[in-house]
Amino acid sequence: MKIVVCAKQVPDTNEVKIDPVKGTLIRDGVPSILNPDDANALEAALKIKDVSPDTTVSVVSMGPPQATYMLKECIAMGADDAYLLSSRAFGGADTCATSTTIAAGIKKLGDVDLIFAGRQAIDGDTAQVGPQLAQRLGLPFVTYVQNVREVKNGKVIVERQLEDGYEVIEVKLPCVLTAVKELNTPRYMSVPRVLYACDEAEIKIWNEVDVELDPADCGLNASPTKVLKSFTPPPKGKGEILTGTINEMATSVVAKLKEKHAI
Amino acid sequence: MAVKIIAEKCIGCGICEKNCPFEAIKIENKIAVVLDSCTGCGVCVEGCPKNCIENTQTSMSNVDISLYHGVWVFAEQRQGKLMNVAVELLGEAQKLASEIGTEVCAVLAGDNVDNLVDELFEYGADKVYYANDPLLSNYTADGYTNVVFRAILKYKPEIVLLGATHIGRDLGPSLAVKCGTGLTADCTKLDIDPEDKKLMQTRPAFGGNLMATIVCPGHRPQMSTVRPGVMTRAERQPGRKGQLIDLKAELKFKFKDGDIRQSVLEVIKSTVELAKLTDADIIISGGRGLAPTPDEGFALLKKLADKLGGTIGASRAAVDSGWIDHSYQVGQTGTTVKPKIYFACGISGAIQHLAGMQSSDYIVAINKNENASIFEVADYGIVGDLYKVIPAIIEALDAQVA
Repeated sequence: MKIVVCAKQVPDTNEVKIDPVKGTLIRDGVPSILNPDDANALEAALKIKDVSPDTTVSVVSMGPPQATYMLKECIAMGADDAYLLSSRAFGGADTCATSTTIAAGIKKLGDVDLIFAGRQAIDGDTAQVGPQLAQRLGLPFVTYVQNVREVKNGKVIVERQLEDGYEVIEVKLPCVLTAVKELNTPRYMSVPRVLYACDEAEIKIWNEVDVELDPADCGLNASPTKVLKSFTPPPKGKGEILTGTINEMATSVVAKLKEKHAI
Repeated sequence: MAVKIIAEKCIGCGICEKNCPFEAIKIENKIAVVLDSCTGCGVCVEGCPKNCIENTQTSMSNVDISLYHGVWVFAEQRQGKLMNVAVELLGEAQKLASEIGTEVCAVLAGDNVDNLVDELFEYGADKVYYANDPLLSNYTADGYTNVVFRAILKYKPEIVLLGATHIGRDLGPSLAVKCGTGLTADCTKLDIDPEDKKLMQTRPAFGGNLMATIVCPGHRPQMSTVRPGVMTRAERQPGRKGQLIDLKAELKFKFKDGDIRQSVLEVIKSTVELAKLTDADIIISGGRGLAPTPDEGFALLKKLADKLGGTIGASRAAVDSGWIDHSYQVGQTGTTVKPKIYFACGISGAIQHLAGMQSSDYIVAINKNENASIFEVADYGIVGDLYKVIPAIIEALDAQVA
């Protein structure tokens, strides 16, 4: 079985802080990581490989050249090979253009049985590229996969997470599945794989020519949405820190909420 | 139409006619002819044995945007019940439509959900586009994409709004690619540019650290998913009527084998009621500070919630620790809430959490650490042990009543 995992290198937004004086983002020193949902996507693929060793797992990403470090991490976790779609032409892409580029990369890999992606990346939180990619490849998809029940006879049965429960869905292969964190616990990198990833594994870098895309279909040129402006949200004015004994504070907060007719 | 037959190569075998999901190809004089109902889906291109069909890639770019009118709301329903977010979107759609000077429409898909049509009129829809089919009973990406896409193609709305639910966030991207247009996810604010009437879509990025306003200037429709709980619900006007458009008749669609590639085998409801958090006037949320006795902690929060007629919520830390179900999670990756009062108990106030609750009317923060970021957004802050503070608040409430 041939599996492709889509992954993205993202800044660890949990580490992003706001400059309390200027109200701007402090990006310095924020580490870049493998997007958390994508780690679940990779783990799901590796689990299939664990039981069917003839499975190959390839990781595909789009991003700047430094994303190769993240792809080496994927190889150290157990992926067989990794491909980075990287070119100036891909810059400024919205999700629509991103999905075109990644779809072209996957097409170049040939016939694929199953594609896993993370539900969403923590820097954009859009959850759009997975289904858009599927639509471009003409494949069926299921998002928010919280459990892969079985993969056999050219079909996969998965549980799709809903806000108020889940549904059990059967879908034919090939297809695209997007993973949520409840799907699994990503494995650690193993020492031999880390050594292999650092010393031997080569991350192939493809540009628009390699994946046979017209520059007009990539990046900013091919993005229907444009960012008009971005800004840091205005901080809500700091309120009042109550003082006194616990009972005094409790009485005071109840009185204040009463006064505002909130209770 | 988006595909072209290369007449010199076509042998009139008819495979494309059979393959076409939309009955948009006919063989005439031993040559395939593409009809107006072609959606450009490309199924015929892949299936042609002689490679004589070309995809001409007429995505809707450079479309004549003056042809697109009306604000559409995807009327998401589950098991025949209209989702709250659909009513919120109808409220927002009325605001947008009046600024543009156009109509509000709802697009509804399901199996015998006729009763929802009147509900949608009463919530402000001028028109309801209704696709009624047994195969639309449960949401499937293929089934819903197919029918909503064809409705968009035919009726050309300028704006399409969907709830940013697990269904809307599945359907939205799929539709956007089919329509060749852009989609902005998880919007928290929508405005109309007073000059050119374009939709300005504002959304949080970077885990809520940054807001971005996004436009879709050259493509139609302008599509957004909107977070539940953010927009103001439409007022219900009993007896209000509108125009019903039966999509099945108008689009002459019927599903064929293989059109819907996902099949829903089973739907399992969790024990938690979905609407509780977004509807609650008062939410008492707990976080890491409930340790080391989280069960006791949530029981205490529940006691306060019951006293105030509210419900309990949780931070991601509490959910990730396995103390409480994901459906209680408030924040960027959970539910966005804006109750009258939000009690944050033992929650430090990670930016992702703040993004989901900071528009609450009043925020009360209880935390042992006086430097916790939650105090930055709190109206009233109490530095102290929640296990002592909450019982004191319950006592103070009892004293008020007495």
